Formats: sequence, structure tokens, C-alpha cells
Amino acid sequence: MNQPASLPLVASLLDAPLPASGIAWLDAARQENRAAFAAGGLPDTRVEAWKYTALRGLGQRSFASGDAAAQTRAVDASVLVLPGIAGVRLVFVNGAFRADLSALDKLPAGLSLQPLSQALQGDAEPLRFALSRHYRDIGDAFAQVNAASASDGVVLRVAAHAKIEQPVQLVFVGAEAELAWHARNVIELGEGAELSLVEQHLGSGEPAQLATLVSDIEVRDGAKLHHVVLQDAAIGTNLIRRSSLRLHARALATLHVLELGGALVRHDLRAELVGDGAQLHTRGVFMPHGRQHIDTQLAIRHQALNTTSTSHWRGVANDRARGVFRGAIVVARGADGSDANLSNKNLLLSPSAEIDTKPELEIYADEVKAAHGATVGQLDERSLFYLRARGIPLAEARALLTAAFCRAVLGDLPNEALREHLSTLLVAQLPNT
Amino acid sequence: MLKIENLHARVAGKEILKGLSLSVNAGEVHAIMGPNGAGKSTLGYVLSGRDGYEVTAGTVTYNGIDLLTLEPEARAAAGVFQAFQYPVEIPGVNNTYFLRAALNAQRKVRGEKELDSMQFLKLVREKLKVMQISDELLHRAVNEGFSGGEKKRNEIFQMAVLEPQLAILDETDSGLDIDALRQVAEGVNTLRSPDRAFLMITHYQRLLDYVVPDFVHVLADGRIVESGDKSLALKLEAHGYAGIGASHPAGAVA
Repeated sequence: MNQPASLPLVASLLDAPLPASGIAWLDAARQENRAAFAAGGLPDTRVEAWKYTALRGLGQRSFASGDAAAQTRAVDASVLVLPGIAGVRLVFVNGAFRADLSALDKLPAGLSLQPLSQALQGDAEPLRFALSRHYRDIGDAFAQVNAASASDGVVLRVAAHAKIEQPVQLVFVGAEAELAWHARNVIELGEGAELSLVEQHLGSGEPAQLATLVSDIEVRDGAKLHHVVLQDAAIGTNLIRRSSLRLHARALATLHVLELGGALVRHDLRAELVGDGAQLHTRGVFMPHGRQHIDTQLAIRHQALNTTSTSHWRGVANDRARGVFRGAIVVARGADGSDANLSNKNLLLSPSAEIDTKPELEIYADEVKAAHGATVGQLDERSLFYLRARGIPLAEARALLTAAFCRAVLGDLPNEALREHLSTLLVAQLPNT
Repeated sequence: MLKIENLHARVAGKEILKGLSLSVNAGEVHAIMGPNGAGKSTLGYVLSGRDGYEVTAGTVTYNGIDLLTLEPEARAAAGVFQAFQYPVEIPGVNNTYFLRAALNAQRKVRGEKELDSMQFLKLVREKLKVMQISDELLHRAVNEGFSGGEKKRNEIFQMAVLEPQLAILDETDSGLDIDALRQVAEGVNTLRSPDRAFLMITHYQRLLDYVVPDFVHVLADGRIVESGDKSLALKLEAHGYAGIGASHPAGAVA
């Protein structure tokens, strides 16, 4: 990677003019991140975090940045409706906020919510910490691109001790055109606050897109966040997400993720448990099929006393698809009494499918409980035979067992209607049903 | 109904069944007894169609069709049911959902109308009464966390709902205490009918005190070596398997 800009993707991303905010620190941060990307380019597979996700193919494509027609793209409003979810909704089409598709008129007390594009026109100072970051590592190339180019996204704050009853729905739609778009979210739950968040990724048509989404989520002392991610992007979408989660004392975050769509999909989830007694519970299912490539990178750092993390992820790969999972847990020095549990079980439904899984555990503290494990296998022959011997045809038996395998980690999603919806979607993704 | 002739079968390259012949008519209850390793469970799996059980010679005719050419699900739809010795636990698949999917899949093959959830629930309620099974088991995942007795009763309950023509009970009595054994036996007895045949594979005689067979066969070294009525079971109980068959060369018994 001596000449990063010689790659069409890098050249096209560097071509995009930097958005001008008129805010000195923000413009400086954009320029710094742009310069870092220009110098470093894309990571190759020698970079550990990108070992199983090669960017060779994507690197040969070029994308115009931004969508001048974002406000007028047709979006079928019915796809925005989710069972069990009614209330506040923020919709972005090709990275730009769409007031006409959103529902922001009845914000409950304690919830402040607006698109980043609007927030930057007011007092931007509260966003300074999040938006002035410089990403220096080559593994963070897409975060650099995002920091340089994103000009819209979600700015959400829940006031201390406010309990928001209705889930807040965030929708990112990739529509029609071949282009790159970038969105940036800054989310904060004040002390003792409670919030349920549903993040949806959808697409219409089959255009090739490159989308990046960077989210910073701060969960203050004693706050509770429940976050559901339903990723069903269009088949041509290359979707690169990075979520940074900080959990303060006694904060609790639960995350349920279903990864279904997209072409090349990457999610970096970095969680830091910085306050004593913080708890993080992640559950996820990724189901690449066709020629999809879905990569989840989980990095959890226990940095305080008596912190807990549980992570249970399942992967199902079919056809010639590839799944990648890396679960890295670090229990830092001083994080005594921490409890970390991580498992990743995977099913291969086709001989050409592949899943690479890598659990990693580093412990530098005392009195730590930690367990991790990963498996890749096929459906249990005895269970298949049992179902067939009762009359259930082979294809149906396979689908039944595969769906059960996936549902096992989504069973503790409290919103029953939403849980059923995820279950229906994952069954629909299975072959022969 | 079922005619097995000169059946030879291999498991993992090892010949287990070595010329087994047996005829079963509708309405009859046949007990297959024999020492461990004689091939009793292999016979059950060959009939239900499990992978890895390779038939090398002989025929199995069921209601005039060649049973061995059918996939396991097709055998089930044709009315063959095996109650397994070790029913598998299937986490995440609800017991009721599974049973309805099974019944409807069978009905579809037979050209019968599928049952909606209300009709199915009504059927299940009727069968539950007969089987003395608690509702609660229905809401759990298939066999998950069931005790040994609950698993066996669940097998018989499935049989009651699916109403097979030929029921193969593989060591259904093993691992049951006397109360559970009685309940399972009562379930089987209520399902006895002139249209239905049973093949009860068992190591011990005690199940036969509760489900009285019309015929008892001794299976040893892959063949039926002796056949008789229920008194044969009592003789086995008194004298054990040693000696049986030695005085009755294989093939001498019809």
C-alpha cells in the first residue's frame, strides 16, 4: 500500500469535497482524518483486524460521495413499520435526514433528538469530544473516511433519570443510486436514564453502494440501554459500521443484532466497561448467503471492578457466503471480580460456505471469571432424523433446526412482537422455506 | 401388513442382521426380545430409515410397497412410527409446533386437509387425556429437560396424535420406574386396534406383563431364532437367553 490513492475506491473517496461546517475544530478534524486516509489508504489482510475480510474487490470500485437527490428518493413508507414499535422515528436516506419520513413531533420529556445536520447549526460544542477525534490506525480507514465526510446522523440525548417508554427507531435506507454515503451518530444516556433503541438498515433496488456509519454511545452511571439492530441492507450495499460503547458505573447495555443483508458487511463493536459494576450483554445472529460477506468484530474491555459481559453470537452461512467473527475480550489490570463469557457457534449449510471465528481472551486482573468458546459445524444428524421420522421433509427439517439454532440467542429480547418479527425474517432467509 | 424376508443389514461395515424374517398382520402385537447386541435396535432403525444402516440383502414389504426405497419422512406418512429408545432433545423447537408440523406434513402427503391450530389443539387435548401428560410439556422445546420417563411418554403421546398403522417401540420400557412403565403401557394398550400393529423391541419381559403380546420372537445374532406366544417370554425370564436358539436352528421357525 505505498500509493493508496492508486486504488479506485480510495481515489474516489478522496475526490469528494470535504463538507464545510464553519466550525473551526470540526473542519480541522475533517482535514486531519482525510489526510490520514490519503496517507494510509485501506488495510490489507496483513492487518490483524482485517485478516479475513479482504478489500481487494471493493478497492477496485469507485463511488461518488453524497446524494444530491437524497430528499426526493422514493421510499415505500410501509418498510419503515416494525411490529411492536410505534413512536419516535428518525429516517436517513443515502445518509441524509428525511423529515418527511421521520416522526419527531411527539418527543417524550427527557428525550432530545435531532439530526446531526441540524445540531451543527446550533451549539456544536457538546459534540466536540466525539467529532474531533483523529483516527490514526490503518485498521480504522473507514472511520477516517466517515470522520472526514459524514455530515448527518443522529444526535440523541436522554436526560438524567428520564425513562423513555417508547422505543426510538433509527432507520438508514440505501436508495437506488450508486454512491457512497456516511452517517455519524452521537448518543448519550444520562445518569439513571433508560432507553430502548431500534436501529434498522434497509435498502431498495440493487445499486452498489458504500455506506459507513460510526456511532458513539455513552451510557452514564446506572443508565440502561437496550439496543436492537436489524441489518437488512440491499444486496449491493457495502456497509461498514463502527460502534463505540462506553459503560459507566452500574450501567447496563443489552444489544441484539440480526445481520441479514448487504454485500460486504463489517461491524466493529468496541465496548469499554469503565465504571464499577457495568454490565454488557450482546446477542447476535449473522446469516450470510449467496456471495455475501458478513464480518463482526467484537472488542470488549473490562476496565473497572465487578464488571460483567456476556456475548452469545451465532452464524449460519449458506451457498458461497462467508461469515467472520472475532470476539476479543480484555480484562484490564485492576478490573478485579470481572465476569466475561463469550460464545460463538456456527453452522455451515453448504460445502462452499465458510465461517472464520476467533475468540480471544486476555486477562490482567485477579478473581476473574471468564469463559469463551467457538464452534463451526453442521446440523445434528440425530435431530434431523428425529424430525424426518415423524414425517417432516428434509428441507423443512433443516430449516426448522437452523431457525431454532439462531433463535436460541434472540430468545431474551424482551419486546415480543419485535422478537417474532426477527424470527420471521431469519426464517425467510433460510433456504427452501 | 409387514413382511420382512431374509433381511441382512450392516452398520459401520459390520453385519448385524443376518437373514431376519418376520411377518406382522394388522391388529397384532409382536414382541422382539433378545440379548444385547443381537440386532434389535438395528431392526428398528432399518425399518424407520436411518442413515448408516445399510441393507445388503432381503426385502421389507409394507402394505404391498417396498419400504426400503422410501425416505424416512415418506415412511412416516405411510404410517410407520418408531418410538425411540433415546429421543433427542431439540432446543428451540416447540413441542406442539413440531408435532403439528409433523402431522400436517403427513396429512399433506396422504392428500388429507391440514389441521389449523384450533383443530390441532382440540386433537391434542383429547390425546392428552388418554396419555395423562401435563399441558406444560407441550409448551417446552422437544424433549428438552424432560426426565427419562417424560421422554418416553412424549414418544407415546406423539404416537397417539400421529395414529400410525405400524408402531415400532424400541426399548420403550428401559429406564422407567414401575409407575411410569404402567402409564406408558396403558397408553399403548389404548392405541391397540384391529387396524394397527405393534413391534415391541425389549430386553426385559416386564413390559409384556402390561402389554400382552400376541407373538414373542427371540432375536439372536441377527436372526429370529425362536417364535412363540407370550409363554415364550416367561420361559426367557426363567431361563435367560442362553440355550435359546441353540436347540432351534435359525430359519426353522416361521
